[in-house]
Amino acid sequence: MTEERGIDVQGLVREFKGGVRAVDGIDLQVAAGEIYGFLGPNGAGKSTTVKVLTTLLPPTAGSATVAGYDVAEEGAKVRAAIGVALQDVALDPMLTGREHMRLQGGLQGIPRAERGRRGDELLERVGLSAAADRKSKTYSGGMKRRLDLALALLHKPRILFLDEPTTGLDVQSRTALWDEVARLARDEGTTVFLTTQYLEEADVLANHVGIIDRGVIVAEGTPAALKAQVAKPTVEVVPREAGDCAATAAALRPFGDTVPPSAAGTVAVRLDSGAEQLADIVRALDSANIAVVNLALHEPTLDDVFLAKTGRSLEGAADAPPEEPAADRERALA
Amino acid sequence: MTALAHSALPSQVGLLAGRAVKRILRNPAQLVFPVLFPLILLAVNTSGLDAATQLPGFPTASYLDFALAIPFMQGALFAALNGGQDLARDIQDGFLDRLAMTPMSGAALLAGQLGGALFMGVISAVLYLVVGIAFGAGIASGVGGGLVLLLLAISISSAFACFGTFVALRAGTGEAVQGFFPLFFVLLFLSSAFFPRDLIEQDWFRVVATYNPVSYMVEGIRSLVITGWDGQALAQAFGLSALAIIAFLALSSRALRTRLVRT
Repeated sequence: MTEERGIDVQGLVREFKGGVRAVDGIDLQVAAGEIYGFLGPNGAGKSTTVKVLTTLLPPTAGSATVAGYDVAEEGAKVRAAIGVALQDVALDPMLTGREHMRLQGGLQGIPRAERGRRGDELLERVGLSAAADRKSKTYSGGMKRRLDLALALLHKPRILFLDEPTTGLDVQSRTALWDEVARLARDEGTTVFLTTQYLEEADVLANHVGIIDRGVIVAEGTPAALKAQVAKPTVEVVPREAGDCAATAAALRPFGDTVPPSAAGTVAVRLDSGAEQLADIVRALDSANIAVVNLALHEPTLDDVFLAKTGRSLEGAADAPPEEPAADRERALA
Repeated sequence: MTALAHSALPSQVGLLAGRAVKRILRNPAQLVFPVLFPLILLAVNTSGLDAATQLPGFPTASYLDFALAIPFMQGALFAALNGGQDLARDIQDGFLDRLAMTPMSGAALLAGQLGGALFMGVISAVLYLVVGIAFGAGIASGVGGGLVLLLLAISISSAFACFGTFVALRAGTGEAVQGFFPLFFVLLFLSSAFFPRDLIEQDWFRVVATYNPVSYMVEGIRSLVITGWDGQALAQAFGLSALAIIAFLALSSRALRTRLVRT
């Protein structure tokens, strides 16, 4: 019985020549049917992890099972169960979209009649029907990504690996791809392992998020839980009268510490508890007879989580100086 | 390899060979240049070196008959270069990783790759033969010899294609494949392609040409054109081609296992 198996990784290490450990003893579990966001900056070890889990690289140490099969010992079974869209879209520029589907379907052993039907169906789903007979070298970046996704789905994989699928895409293409990934998990029960360096992508799509930095997973959990671990939401209030700022700050003081606001004429407070205090805040402002023109709750972001766990912001983290020792990191969190 | 994989092998070879042929047909530079360039060179050589036939001991009175073997070798070189570069591009672009994620067997990849080279080999060999005959070349071994000549030309093309495949898999870059091209041409020039071995005056050149396997491939083709049926020349040419195919296929297979590091 492998139907309900997702991904299970224990102490996975991948070392390259010269002793460089791209993946340095990671553990992670992905339940069947969920979207797992693997978040980290460039060079963090995301793609190497994907290559090991998709059997394209053998692990140096540790173990991993995908769909219940050992990636080191049962490569063929793993490959039959998974679909993969790697970071660099690999297409033959001289083949059309439809020819790609037929080649891939044939190599996957899909019977000829079903190959054509399934290929056309997927091309339609990813919005490439009209361009199906054009050579892929004429496709835009977004079209290539969509064809890549369709190819990965051709043999109906139970688990889908997407390595930075939206890097370089415009907003429209990115949103379309997000919708399709969400639909796959929701409607077809496909398990999705998605690497990304976009915080928003992990936040929007993933049920669980693992944050990797320099080969080590520094945080793991649901996006909400991760954010709750490291930061509280902030409420920003804009009183109607600018002179009411001091009174507003006084009314909000019981709910948390005042923090610098994002704009003048605004009062910002980091809440001691959480969003559940919002109703009490409204009541307190009403009791103090303060009229407000805007009241906004700002949730912490995954970047706050990354910052708290690594001491660096996710953006530009790949270029940052070597990370501090783990012990220092723990102290910073305390 | 499982029984299922065995049964799927012909289908996989067909798909991959079909892709290789499509790539050639859709890229005019890959089709036209390798076919035309050797013919242009043949025309230049034939008109410029015709006087060589006056040398005592020259095996034929027509330099065209003598030189007709050269385009077959050059065509094989171009086919090997293009095939190798295509494969190297697949490696560099990650397309090989895409193929590796399917149940495709390594044997299918190699056979499919050779399918493209065979296609080029057949197209160019037929054209060289037809053009040669049209311009007055005589095939001393007759119609049957013409067919054997095509078979030999295809064998030689396959041998060179196997070498190109090996270099592509080993080095993984198109530049590396291209880097071997001048070496091939040096091998061709240091063979008996342009002069009969026993008429080469320079001792070192004659020794190199004698040990150069390309000489025997050229002489196998040439024997069918100007001598008739020469069992020894044909055995040497076919034997060396077969040996090269086996050796470079084995090396390619090993290089492919390293390249396709899937578990």
